[in-house]
Amino acid sequence: MALSKQHDLHKRRFSRNLGLGLVLAGFVALVFGLTVAKVSTDDFTMPINEVAD
Amino acid sequence: MSDASVSASTSQTGEAGFGDYFALLKPRVMTLVVFTAFVGLYAAPGAVHPVVGFAAILFIAVGGGASGALNMWWDADIDRVMKRTRNRPIPSGRITESEAFGFGMALAGFAVVMLALATNLLAGALLAFTIFFYVVIYSMWLKRWTPQNIVIGGAAGAFPPMIGWVAATGSFSLESVLMFALIFMWTPPHFWALALFMRSDYDDAGVPMLTVTHGRRATRAHILVYTLLLAALAVGAGFTSIGGPVYLATAVVLNALFLKGAWAIWRRDEGAAEADAYKVERSFFKLSLLYLFAHFGAIALDTAMAPLGLGGW
Repeated sequence: MALSKQHDLHKRRFSRNLGLGLVLAGFVALVFGLTVAKVSTDDFTMPINEVAD
Repeated sequence: MSDASVSASTSQTGEAGFGDYFALLKPRVMTLVVFTAFVGLYAAPGAVHPVVGFAAILFIAVGGGASGALNMWWDADIDRVMKRTRNRPIPSGRITESEAFGFGMALAGFAVVMLALATNLLAGALLAFTIFFYVVIYSMWLKRWTPQNIVIGGAAGAFPPMIGWVAATGSFSLESVLMFALIFMWTPPHFWALALFMRSDYDDAGVPMLTVTHGRRATRAHILVYTLLLAALAVGAGFTSIGGPVYLATAVVLNALFLKGAWAIWRRDEGAAEADAYKVERSFFKLSLLYLFAHFGAIALDTAMAPLGLGGW
């Protein structure tokens, strides 16, 4: 018997892991998009301390 | 292979699929949340960056989904009894109650924090209150205690357009209250019609729906009274700032149909309803779904046409 035999359980886990992976990737993309949207508005200013540094 | 055998084999392994976790979020309810939140955000004055708007609606939807998961965790015992809910992930054994609780709490915290960061604190706080209202006030307290459960609990489903509006503007306004009121008044006739034709479910589960506590005759009368109040509100809102020609025309037509349906329900007795397998009640329920989507769709359409000088007053 092959050590890497696919059990039904692995298939179900794969769907869950793939789904979670896609959700996380989507979340990263969303946070990136939000950051770009926030810093590109006219009223965005850098915090005073960081400007002074 | 039947659904039951699929559920049984899945529960033996204790491995839920991605779809099972998604089902915990009550995706059908989520469509209503997404759509009404979108209309609230879109109809609000001022421009919202599309990415911020998308994120706001997504986080409101996730918050709504978290409420659904926590509701399923709390109601797992009665979900096992009711035919309509027997195949949900917890009663069918695919997800344990504690997993659903953890999942719901984590998503609720995530959605509130992210909405507050993406838009403003007030929107985040309102989403947190909505989740609290649905889970604690409605699910834990009212649902099993009073036949007015649907009336007061309906407020939870009415908040999304208001959250969308607050996410866009940072404040409440009469328009957002009117959108809230529209869903709030629509909820009782919608659910009571369902309770009339899902007749044994709520009895079996011991949920004090109006049909169980006050009888079916009283429920029919309640549907008519709430529909009259809803029609006055919905058509009246057409003359305010959320209204416009499209909204007003939609409201007049749909409320006339809704009133006709409520009148027919009120005039019927149980014998007639059983004879045609609750045909009138079922069609009223279907109309109620169209009713809400059409009203909010009309608000969105009037907003879209306003720059062309065609929508709004």
